[in-house]
Amino acid sequence: MTNPVLSIDNLQTHFFTRAGVVKAVDNISLSVNAGEILGLVGESGSGKSITGFSILGLVDEPGRIVGGSIKLSGEELIGKPEAALRRIRGGRASMIFQDPMMTLNPVLRIETQMIEAIRAHEKVPRREAWQRARDGLAQVGIPSPEERLKCYPHELSGGMRQRVAIAIAFLNRPEFIVADEPTTALDVTIQSQILAEAQKLCRENRTAMIWITHDLSVVAGLADTIAVMYAGRIVENGPAEAVLRSPRHPYTSGLIKSVPGEHLVGQRLFQIPGMTPSLLKLGEACAFKERCAYQDDACSAAPPISMEGGRACRCFHPLRADTAAQSGGAAKESAP
Amino acid sequence: MLAFLIRRIGQSAVVVLLMATIVFFGVNLVGDPVHMLVSPEADQAEIARVIQQFGLDRPIVEQYWLFLKGAVQGNLGTSFIFGQPAVGLILERLPATMELAVCALVLAVFFGIPLGVYSGIKPKSRVSQVIMAASIFGFSLPTFWVGIMLIMFFSVQLQLLPSTGRGEVGSFLGIDSSLFTLDGLKHIILPATNLALLKMSMVIRLSRAGTREVMQQDYIKFARAKGLSFGRIVWAHLLKNIMIPVITVLGLEFGSLIAFSVVTESIFAWPGMGKLLIDSVLQLDRPVIVAYLMIVVFLFVAINLVVDVIYSLLDPRVSLTGAKS
Ligand SMILES: Nc1ncnc2c1ncn2[C@@H]1O[C@H](COP(=O)(O)OP(=O)(O)O)[C@@H](O)[C@H]1O
Ligand SMILES: [Mg+2]
Repeated sequence: MTNPVLSIDNLQTHFFTRAGVVKAVDNISLSVNAGEILGLVGESGSGKSITGFSILGLVDEPGRIVGGSIKLSGEELIGKPEAALRRIRGGRASMIFQDPMMTLNPVLRIETQMIEAIRAHEKVPRREAWQRARDGLAQVGIPSPEERLKCYPHELSGGMRQRVAIAIAFLNRPEFIVADEPTTALDVTIQSQILAEAQKLCRENRTAMIWITHDLSVVAGLADTIAVMYAGRIVENGPAEAVLRSPRHPYTSGLIKSVPGEHLVGQRLFQIPGMTPSLLKLGEACAFKERCAYQDDACSAAPPISMEGGRACRCFHPLRADTAAQSGGAAKESAP
Repeated sequence: MLAFLIRRIGQSAVVVLLMATIVFFGVNLVGDPVHMLVSPEADQAEIARVIQQFGLDRPIVEQYWLFLKGAVQGNLGTSFIFGQPAVGLILERLPATMELAVCALVLAVFFGIPLGVYSGIKPKSRVSQVIMAASIFGFSLPTFWVGIMLIMFFSVQLQLLPSTGRGEVGSFLGIDSSLFTLDGLKHIILPATNLALLKMSMVIRLSRAGTREVMQQDYIKFARAKGLSFGRIVWAHLLKNIMIPVITVLGLEFGSLIAFSVVTESIFAWPGMGKLLIDSVLQLDRPVIVAYLMIVVFLFVAINLVVDVIYSLLDPRVSLTGAKS
């Protein structure tokens, strides 16, 4: 077995708010190998972005990493001084954000924003940095990159801007990238182009990647492994194909069924009943209990993690392959 | 750019004309200048002679027309008191006021922006709280009172700085200014500080609010995710964004610095336009008042135009060719 590029163990990131402690990330463990993509899936508010920010050491007040370990190629990141973290950010580990309209500084030219990203890590002459920036843009499929470098962000479309952000993330050939829902704000056609380009870059550069999304259909063709996050915890984790084919956690199963597909034309879409619980009020009990068709008294305790064939699931009543395949078996049907 | 300038100059001309009308009729409704011009013992003939000499006997509309015609030629009448062209009287004193206003603006920017940015980045620190408290005082204490306190403390108690006049005036590159002599510099410190305090408080508030807003933006977090140093983030990413509102407001405030340096000039006996205005108001020297107001309007309009141009240079999203995007 190869050593993972990124391995997270029992990471806990909490927000200390006036209303109480919000356990946005509560004991999660993950690992990603070189050249592989892990799809981190969950409804909004489940703690996906905070997981990404935790890895780069970008959690802001009132949030704080309170426990666990994050290792980049074996090197512990938690507790590193800010100066050391700064060198890692954008160098060995970088991030792509959700909204391309907001991630580029409106008053600086693209070239300024790319060149500074290179020169923050390597003291190369401007000219050389400029050439690397241009090549970076060409790599993500931007036509006439020399002209684009002169542009201000508002002169580019959303898809172009996200390509620029992706190019920036890859500029210093990082070992690891977190992509935080980078296609959510884009049109479907542009979304698939960008997915394909990011996937290609990741494979070519042997970058380990976490691709965050709330949309299972996005990661279906993209990810090697899938981790499903719910209320700050990972409830299921395993090879992408296996998780999608036979989900073991009732929540995963519900998510899969709520993806619109061709076979459902004319039918009402499935929807997981209820809402995500407030992260303030979570106790030991399974956070999905109230929304789950399989819940019973046992679910009031902390669910154990069951491992089976390289897959992990945090549930008292994991689905077997045959039950999960039956339609309507996994979660309560939503009321009309 | 050219089309923009032409359009803006046209708009400015309309503003100036409107102001000219308001100023002229407004001032003509105040008091009777004849009584100021002739001695109380003067007879009817003497009064008639003065009225005739200054054109006060013509119908008001005709006076207005003559005023406009003169104004276009840069002639806004002759001072009743000094017997000199009013515009010349004011322009003579313009450099003194300008140097005071520029110094105040420079002080406001050089102290206000760093203090505001600091307190925006570290809103909870003790130092920031002190800065904010001080800026509240800067806003709420009346200028004349602060001026008097400055004189009491620095001139009377400590005897460090002079409190009246412009001091020795030096000449450099054909410009006469008290900034070019040590004595002149000593004279300008107190009045410039006095005039600057209010604007400095404003700059502190603006840059603090801007800093807090900008620092929350995704592009700042993205800049951090790129591994930029904190200094680079503040210098390249933050400052350029907060300068846009600061420059806009300061540009407009510069006009008011010139116009309302009246109080400071009176307290420190600074021989500028403001002091001339006060003297003219007291003596009902209508042409000087009118000329003063017109010059101030003109300055405001010109400064506005310059601010718009600077604004478009700072913010790439604004283009002067078409409408603002
Ligand atoms: N600044 C904050 N203060 C308090 N709670 C926060 C803050 N930021 C995030 N959280 C909490 O963390 C949870 C996870 O947020 P996030 O990771 O952004 O979710 P998502 O999965 O949609 O990316 C949110 O539901 C919220 O309760
Ligand atoms: Mg998110």
